[in-house]
Amino acid sequence: MTTVLLCLALFTVAAAAVAMAMRNLIHSALLLVASWAGIAAFYLWAGAEFVAFAQLLVYVGAISMVVLFAVLLTRHSRLDFDREPETRGRVRLALFTGGAVCGVLVAAVLGTAPSSVPAAVPSLTVRQLGLALMGPHAASLLAVGVVLTVALLGGVVLAASARHSDPEDAP
Amino acid sequence: MSLPGQLSVLFPLASGLGASSPLAAVLPASDSALERLPLTLRGLLTGWLPASWQWLANSLIAIVVLIVAFASLFALLTLAERKILGRVQNRPGPNRAPLPFLNLRTYGLAQPVADGVKMLTKEDIVPDGADRVLHFLAPIALLAFSILTLAVIPYGRLLVALDLDASVLFFFAAGAATELAVFMAGWASRNKYSLLAAMRALAQLISYELPLLLSVVPVVLMAGSLSTSVIVERQGEWWLGFLPRWYVFTPWGLAGFLVFFVASLAESNRSPFDLPEAESELIAGHLTEYSGFKYALFFMAEYFGMCALCGMAVTLFLGGWQAPLPFLSFIPSYLWFAGKLLALLGVFMWIRASFPRLRIDQLTRLAWKFLVPLALINLGTTAFWSLTADWAGLLQPLRWLIAAGLIAGPFLLLGRNLSKGLGPRTYRYAA
Repeated sequence: MTTVLLCLALFTVAAAAVAMAMRNLIHSALLLVASWAGIAAFYLWAGAEFVAFAQLLVYVGAISMVVLFAVLLTRHSRLDFDREPETRGRVRLALFTGGAVCGVLVAAVLGTAPSSVPAAVPSLTVRQLGLALMGPHAASLLAVGVVLTVALLGGVVLAASARHSDPEDAP
Repeated sequence: MSLPGQLSVLFPLASGLGASSPLAAVLPASDSALERLPLTLRGLLTGWLPASWQWLANSLIAIVVLIVAFASLFALLTLAERKILGRVQNRPGPNRAPLPFLNLRTYGLAQPVADGVKMLTKEDIVPDGADRVLHFLAPIALLAFSILTLAVIPYGRLLVALDLDASVLFFFAAGAATELAVFMAGWASRNKYSLLAAMRALAQLISYELPLLLSVVPVVLMAGSLSTSVIVERQGEWWLGFLPRWYVFTPWGLAGFLVFFVASLAESNRSPFDLPEAESELIAGHLTEYSGFKYALFFMAEYFGMCALCGMAVTLFLGGWQAPLPFLSFIPSYLWFAGKLLALLGVFMWIRASFPRLRIDQLTRLAWKFLVPLALINLGTTAFWSLTADWAGLLQPLRWLIAAGLIAGPFLLLGRNLSKGLGPRTYRYAA
């Protein structure tokens, strides 16, 4: 049981790690999709069918399209970078952002008390899940919706602002 | 621990697959022997196995039967499509291929066999500059996801391969990944035409996934469930004792069905929305650099996807396996499902023969300015329909009138707005 979890975790993390190391942005994007699919498989393993299918539908189906669109419509050849990637300011910014996300996650993990008693498996129907999402958890659902909308708009803005005027394009 | 036990621990879903398989359900006594024929046949095949192995064997049989049935349907559909297109264009269509070893020309019935042999013996060409891994993976991923979608459709009263609580969601989750495979094929080919096709496929998916899903929401709202078998059960009642209560026979159901139908034409890359392939502009788009059996796999996936979307339309709106009239229910449910599915596939082919291909701007305009608003309005109408479920007597016609007006008004307004300024075309040089 834990071996399956380990395999899934290894697959997800490895896909994400290789995605960062790839020079080809399309390969990175597709590997990122594989990593999201790994997370969906984890939900399936945990018995949360509904969440797993929702993850597949939203991330593999829709977000991947936005990412690929943004990659294809912006210039992604290595010669097109205006700035040097290895400036000190960018390194500092990257460390700060990564550290903040890491801190939040570690704090959340440490803040959760480990339970020695194995939790009873809840038998939730989709109807109960829907009622819970629409009732007490409506705010978080809205927040997720806003995040996804911002991602979509970001893709559009990236694609729209990348149109430099190339002297060779002039008639 | 026995193997099935282990598997069900590893994947809780796997145990659901066995437990919900039709044989485990208590069979109603009213079912005729014909209705139970598939289960009887399966019982003969797997009845001698120990109970713990039976669900595994049953699942395997379900998978094999699904793939074999739809692969042979695919073979027949290619022939039927070519024949129908030929007839529409006033030519005979394929009529030459003789039956093997018999030299008997049966109106081209052996054409799928000839096509299969041709595809298998062709050279498999991979372009020099292509991304070999993705080029190889694309047709496989496409076919795999298309087959997944076939699993949750109820083919008969007792025939559901995978009866999940959230099977509608499963269907669309698996279907959403197919356009990703089209993109992989187009990008990995390193061909300008293929890349254009990939971009078009992405635009088309983003545009048409929305109306497709929005047109399904009213059905889920009225049925109160995401399970396909429950949705079909809910459509099994009769109005006045003999009129079927399929969802398509309500104002919101009709509008939802039409939106779903148009969006599924676009989702399965069928004409008039076959912009990603577009033989005349993009020399077959993402298929340009594929040959031999990989090319055949793409076509197989297209037809599988088409069958799955038609099956879903039948399930959601056309009453699934329900008979259209009460006294006709002695005919087994799976035959009704097959009949409805074939009729809908026939309409797909008819549309392909009749309509010219859209331009990319027309395609996106139709989705965003017409189908999405209409689907949203349809959702509101369904909410009204569901709130007024207890209206009786004279209020009942009023309910129908209001619901029909709520749909027809915006439909007319949006349609007028969409075609404004495009009005009757004048030809300056042609007669």
